[in-house]
Amino acid sequence: MSTREAMDFDVVVVGGGPAGLAAAIRLRQVAPDATVCLIEKGSEIGAHIVSGAVIEPRALEELLPDWRDLGSPLKTEVTGEEMYFLTESRGFKVPALEKVMPHIANHGNYVVSLGEVCRWLAEQAEALGVEIYPGFAASEVLIEQNRVVGVATGDMGVTREGEHGPNYAEGMELRGKYTLFAEGCRGSLTKQVMAHYDLRKGVDPQTYGLGIKEVWEIPAANHRPGLVLHSFGWPLDDHTYGGAWLYHFGENLVSYGFVTGLDYQNTWISPYDEMQRTKLHPVFKPHFEGGRRLIYGARALSEGGFQSIPRLTFPGGALIGDSAGFLNTPKIKGTHTAMKSGMLAAEAVADALKSEQVEPASFTSRVRGSWLYDELKTARNVRPAFSRWGTKLGALYSGFDAMVLRGKAPWTLRFRHADNETLTPASTSQPITYPKPDGKITFDKPSSVFLSNTNHEENQPVHLKLRNAALWKTVNWDVFRAPESRYCPAGVYEVGDEASDPRLVINAQNCVHCKTCDIKDPAQNIDWCTPEGGGGPNYPAGM
Amino acid sequence: MTVLVFVETEAGHVRQASRSAIAAASKLGEVHALVVGDAASVGASAEAAAKIPGVTKVLKAGNDALAHTLAEPLADLLVSLAGDYSHIVAAASSVGKNVLPRAAALLDVQPIPDVLDIVDADTFVRPIYAGNALATVKSADAKKVLTIRATSFDPAPAEGGSAAIEDAAAPASGDTSRFVSSETPTSDRPELESARVIVSGGRGLQNGENFKTVLEPLADKLGAAIGASRVAVDSGYVPNDYQVGQTGKIVAPELYIAVGISGAIQHLAGMKDSKVIVAINKDEDAPIFQVADYGLVGDLFDVVPKLAAAL
Amino acid sequence: MQGRPQGPASHRRQRVSGKKTMKILVPVKRVVDYNIKVRPKADGTGVETAGLKMSMNPFDEIAVEEALRLREKGAATEVVAVSIGVQQAQDTLRTAMAMGADRAILVLTEESPEPLAVAKILKAIVERETPDLVILGKQAIDDDMNATGQMLAGLLGWPQGTFASKVELADGRAEVEREVDGGTEVVSIALPAIVTADLRLNEPRYASLPNIMKAKKKPLETLQASDVGVDTTRRLTVVSVAEPPARKAGVKVGSVEELVEKLRNEAKVI
Repeated sequence: MSTREAMDFDVVVVGGGPAGLAAAIRLRQVAPDATVCLIEKGSEIGAHIVSGAVIEPRALEELLPDWRDLGSPLKTEVTGEEMYFLTESRGFKVPALEKVMPHIANHGNYVVSLGEVCRWLAEQAEALGVEIYPGFAASEVLIEQNRVVGVATGDMGVTREGEHGPNYAEGMELRGKYTLFAEGCRGSLTKQVMAHYDLRKGVDPQTYGLGIKEVWEIPAANHRPGLVLHSFGWPLDDHTYGGAWLYHFGENLVSYGFVTGLDYQNTWISPYDEMQRTKLHPVFKPHFEGGRRLIYGARALSEGGFQSIPRLTFPGGALIGDSAGFLNTPKIKGTHTAMKSGMLAAEAVADALKSEQVEPASFTSRVRGSWLYDELKTARNVRPAFSRWGTKLGALYSGFDAMVLRGKAPWTLRFRHADNETLTPASTSQPITYPKPDGKITFDKPSSVFLSNTNHEENQPVHLKLRNAALWKTVNWDVFRAPESRYCPAGVYEVGDEASDPRLVINAQNCVHCKTCDIKDPAQNIDWCTPEGGGGPNYPAGM
Repeated sequence: MTVLVFVETEAGHVRQASRSAIAAASKLGEVHALVVGDAASVGASAEAAAKIPGVTKVLKAGNDALAHTLAEPLADLLVSLAGDYSHIVAAASSVGKNVLPRAAALLDVQPIPDVLDIVDADTFVRPIYAGNALATVKSADAKKVLTIRATSFDPAPAEGGSAAIEDAAAPASGDTSRFVSSETPTSDRPELESARVIVSGGRGLQNGENFKTVLEPLADKLGAAIGASRVAVDSGYVPNDYQVGQTGKIVAPELYIAVGISGAIQHLAGMKDSKVIVAINKDEDAPIFQVADYGLVGDLFDVVPKLAAAL
Repeated sequence: MQGRPQGPASHRRQRVSGKKTMKILVPVKRVVDYNIKVRPKADGTGVETAGLKMSMNPFDEIAVEEALRLREKGAATEVVAVSIGVQQAQDTLRTAMAMGADRAILVLTEESPEPLAVAKILKAIVERETPDLVILGKQAIDDDMNATGQMLAGLLGWPQGTFASKVELADGRAEVEREVDGGTEVVSIALPAIVTADLRLNEPRYASLPNIMKAKKKPLETLQASDVGVDTTRRLTVVSVAEPPARKAGVKVGSVEELVEKLRNEAKVI
């Protein structure tokens, strides 16, 4: 192991999303002499970014006050906003949205491709002297004397059998005085760090959602730049949290997507098919007429919010962005909070660098003293209300919470279960019949995954590790009838020899790195590991 | 306008791809054919070319350097003959692609490879981005140098014409380039990329053994290469180099028989340029039927042996 | 350089006897990454490439690898990468240097000049650098022209070994195994020569992270197309770019007998 090449930096940032990039930029702003290295598993910055996205520019204003002069891709300002409660055939517009759901009011916000925002942030970071290396997956946390001292990138050129292939190239150690984990939701190294330092002690379990997204190009005549639609209700049952979004932005582009709360219970639910069939609802369908689908992708997101945020720091580093769970679920936004958390962590690290503290502990107090804390605290009871009382009552509670309590309720609703514990057995779950794809507005999974430009070097170990095949049979198959074949939005999991000897087939090459299997597998028997760097989706501009 | 077509021959026959090139050239004007070979055999080859309807003159040049269609002497020969021809055309074969760009550079012309369609004397359609887009391009060059995609033009008949045959003077060639040897795989099973017929299997085959017992007899009957979908490869039924599709090999045989393949788009991307597609699948809604010229809904374990027996 | 060059011999440089250096020039092109599916623009004027991931043309990666292997075997002493295109092509050159190329030259032009212009610029670079061997990819995966190597060989009057699946250097010649329709053939060509790389020539190495870091310090020279005196005016005008016509569903046949009959008499493929 010690033969590996190593490079020393002041700060190593793992992940090139909004949190990691904002942290890197802030670091060079407040500590211009600090060496900062950022690595990203996607083949380029933005390649693995999936988000709606309507973003609030608050954190960006603080990070780069002159962002308007820097050619930023924040171009489509929100011009109109509608929220619908759907029944199967009708949509009821929520009246006086800014009063009932003030947290989602989007005045002054922008509809963007978050991938493009990240590419632009990366340019700003490089201009400030941050070294950015996409195409390299951090696969190992380096811990020495109980301090995180950096990460190592994965070996390249390892064969499927785990042997060194002809192009084997050993990974490299990126050693940092401080390491910031900005892997996004359910980061694989973050998971290890949380376990090692017991960072989740005393906080609620994290709860997640799976966002599945498509980008469409529609006829110019139908395009209404800045229009923002959201829905809840149909097609999900009352025990399932989630809904659709549809944003008009850019040049005749529409971002459409659907989030399904991963605490869903019915094992027959297929988030992919919920997303597809919602497009056929009269509220949404007209937006797709005459258009063509360009891009497809999916990613899990953390929905737990305030009560699920773990301890943020540990000796040698911190968790930032959605790695820590800084997403404001009721607001349906996480970019501004992710960026803010990255900036605060950067300031804490800059301080720690000066005073040579082992743990950048001031990050926690900086969070507590910022708008980030107030915002998440105010929103804290909305998401758990839905878990507890279902969609209709949850929505009522959330209106009450917003209008009467103004987020200042003297109680905090808790999350009781982790998402892998919520499924009901196949025998007691209500089967669901989803419509067949029509090939015009709705599509099958393989043709969708094709539009994510996903690829993995074929000859490498399977990066989705089934720990115990026997357990899969007795739990996943016998009890739940392979829920992974339904929740995976990329068709990675299929059941082979169903009639005679059911077994799990893992088409790891299709994986779009959403992490849902790592979250939802009932027995936590599937482990999502980083594949060879550069693998996974290649989301283009517009995503 | 008169067009010069470089014609490839083999054992006294004109290759089908060259007959397609002649068919394409006929749309542009009068066709003269250039045939090369060693001094002994070029006469027979020229006579074969002279029989192709639409060819009005055959130029033949025979010497040892030309016998192996080496690019250097052949490009020099084409340039020496280029004279008043409006177009110089060849099949988009490994020889055509080797020689014509070199000749084009010597003529200061930007060549137009892989022509799929001829719009007019200056304007041609050709694939870009591995066929994911078709570009229509208009040439400003006085002389056009084209290679022709054989599958896009029905070949001119082999018989029926009687063109005059003339000798062309082959330029002297040096020793800078020498032919050493050539090898044609002896296996009966052609390679995927160059096979005329491909039989491909998917998940429906259920295991690797069935590729041997069910698919191979059919492939043997047709002299076909064997391909596979990504699922079949991922499931370990066959090695990775069988894979047809976006992440595997892109193929365009004359006949593609998809057996137990649902037709995921990434597979379709690898075979949709095949001339004739046959799909055999028990699921009548399988997407493969949307691209198949002939679809047969049925159990492959029943249908495929019957098909092999019927051939 | 315009028009037809003279015969091959006039462009062959005298090889200095006892010359100890053996330089390989590797032209590389920046193209839309092979994983990305492109689509024609809605107005049909071209292909949508804005904001797409760009990478080194995969066949050029194979060419770089081959040059490096020749250097590592002691058959070459220096590997120089050259790219022709926009400023960002320097990323592609950095990748070539991260793989192991010793230095790089960027010739700035407008977006994606045609192979004829590229070949003329490369000819000028060859005359300046006097390499013994030029190895490049057999084609770029964007325009799929498959022409630059052959054209450069023609302009220089050098022999060519295209679609190479194996390259051996000995006694001032290269023995090149070539992928041809239906098999392979071997040619022997005198150096200096052009070789174009086919898929099976080798499997290129990764640009490792330490080498990417080190490549930042390797020399990269930038020239203007006008510095080398080449007119890059396009000869081909793109009239339109469209998606290929979707294949239409054919007919369902009721039996094996009917299928055989159709294949035999209607499609005439068996």
